[in-house]
Amino acid sequence: MTAQTSAPADPTGPARSKIDETLRAILRDVLGLSDERAAELTPDSGLFGHLPELDSQAVADLLTEMEDRFDIIIEDDEVDGDHLETYGGLLALAEAKTASN
Amino acid sequence: MTTPFQFVEWPCPAADGETRSEAALVFNRAREARLLVIPPLFEEANKLRRQIVEIMRRLDDAGIDSVLPDLPGCNESRALLAQQTLEGWRAGAAAAAEHFGATHVLSVRGGALLRPAGLPGWDYAPQDGPKILRAMVRARIISTKEAGAPETREEIEATGRSEGVQLAGWSIGPALFATLESAEVPARGDGVTMIDHETLGGRPLWLRAEPDFDAAQADALAATISVAMRDVR
Repeated sequence: MTAQTSAPADPTGPARSKIDETLRAILRDVLGLSDERAAELTPDSGLFGHLPELDSQAVADLLTEMEDRFDIIIEDDEVDGDHLETYGGLLALAEAKTASN
Repeated sequence: MTTPFQFVEWPCPAADGETRSEAALVFNRAREARLLVIPPLFEEANKLRRQIVEIMRRLDDAGIDSVLPDLPGCNESRALLAQQTLEGWRAGAAAAAEHFGATHVLSVRGGALLRPAGLPGWDYAPQDGPKILRAMVRARIISTKEAGAPETREEIEATGRSEGVQLAGWSIGPALFATLESAEVPARGDGVTMIDHETLGGRPLWLRAEPDFDAAQADALAATISVAMRDVR
């Protein structure tokens, strides 16, 4: 779907590019982005607090969808503002959770 | 061109044994095939409203009447949301089915929790109570943290059970909160089948941060329903 650079397989979990790809697909659905626009998200792309439509309910739904797609449980105290503020933060959360799963 | 649907009133059972008038959006040409649509709960009802009406427009073109009732405390209702219960909504859905002479039922997302027994139909992407609450409580955790007065899930749940709680702007009373915590989608007997999102394809509209519409998904769902309801027409 998106133009990802191929990352080496991570022995502790799915290859990073796969997590990255799935997370971009979730954000594409949540924010109503085109595939091209979703592919352009960078680690610095602002999310919660930067996009007016991304309110607390939308973020909560986003985290719940991540739990479903990655088959993980995200505890409430594991989520802090840094995870939600940028795409890079959210990706770090997804990577950490899938690696520890 | 005239609007093919109307808003009508229907008698909805109230907690005091009386009935109160609620609104419903209906496509009614007194046809044999009549579908009751039970909307999702809370924010998803808003997000999916247009999509549901688009599905109903397609069914109208296919010769099927349909009705989308307001649940008490929702949309144009004058009842207080905080006083509503799952049982009350279930009674309302059953009364709407009776009043409009529904031959089939389509529940959407959390609407499956309210589906009356005894009607054939579909649960579209059903969602159970714990899942609905989990995301809504999480929304409150995120917003209270953002506001600098963080609350834990345990605190929010305890308040929800004892006095009710406002989650993402929705006032949920203690009875509704407590029943949602364990509310499961009713068993699919009586010719009720599940339509999962993958069957329709496209992007799940309940994930969108803002209300959206997808013609291809509406076409696919309406086609499934109209083919199955062909025998009634």
